[in-house]
Amino acid sequence: MMDMRKPLARVRGLGAAGEGVGHWWAQRVTAVALVPLSLWFVISVVMLAGADYATMHAWVAQPWVSVLLILFIIATLHHAQLGMQVVIEDYVSTPLLRMASILLVKAVAVVLVVAAVLALLQVALGG
Amino acid sequence: MTAHDRPLSPHLQIYRWHLLMTMSILHRASGVFLALGTVVLVAWLLALAAGPESYARMTAVIGSAPGLVFLFGWSAALFYHLCNGIRHLFWDAGQGYELPAAYASGYGVLVATVILTLAAWGGACLILGGV
Repeated sequence: MMDMRKPLARVRGLGAAGEGVGHWWAQRVTAVALVPLSLWFVISVVMLAGADYATMHAWVAQPWVSVLLILFIIATLHHAQLGMQVVIEDYVSTPLLRMASILLVKAVAVVLVVAAVLALLQVALGG
Repeated sequence: MTAHDRPLSPHLQIYRWHLLMTMSILHRASGVFLALGTVVLVAWLLALAAGPESYARMTAVIGSAPGLVFLFGWSAALFYHLCNGIRHLFWDAGQGYELPAAYASGYGVLVATVILTLAAWGGACLILGGV
């Protein structure tokens, strides 16, 4: 079959949408990262069942806990907004409504990430 | 409509409903539910940063009957999405596509979800009980 594309476009492999497998790959990478992170999070929360404010605050304030929680939140929300985007693309057929809902989901994800990281830094740095 | 001259792919009404389809849509449904649950997780972190009073209000909401039902559903959705997600990663690597393997991994995911959810809540109850 004759290929009408230029060699450069073929090498880049970005396809018609101009982004190639970037979205798909980012979803797999965050998925792999979330396997240990979410297991660690759930086990930690179970171990802390019934903990009071001081205990919970002290746990989160530990440097490596803060680091893992920040990574967990970033990976979770990145993975979540990538997934929500696919769901919206599949079910919302009106172009304008589809674009608007995808942008809304991404905006909410960014707000949540920034809010969570700020909260975690506040706890970690004793604010 | 005179659209009979081109082939159309079969759709949901054509196929007999089976386990793998249910698990596929459940993966999506649990993912959307987990995304909503993340809002609660962030709210919990904000409450923790805001101080003891707001943290007490937050734990009161989560500890209420509807809150605990939500938390139980969230944990079950997390374990299902986690296990089935690992199954998807194997598929992405080209493993386990044969029908018997897909069914075996499917049942494995369902069993693992039930065991992990019960283990998490059982463990939490034991720790609350002071073990």
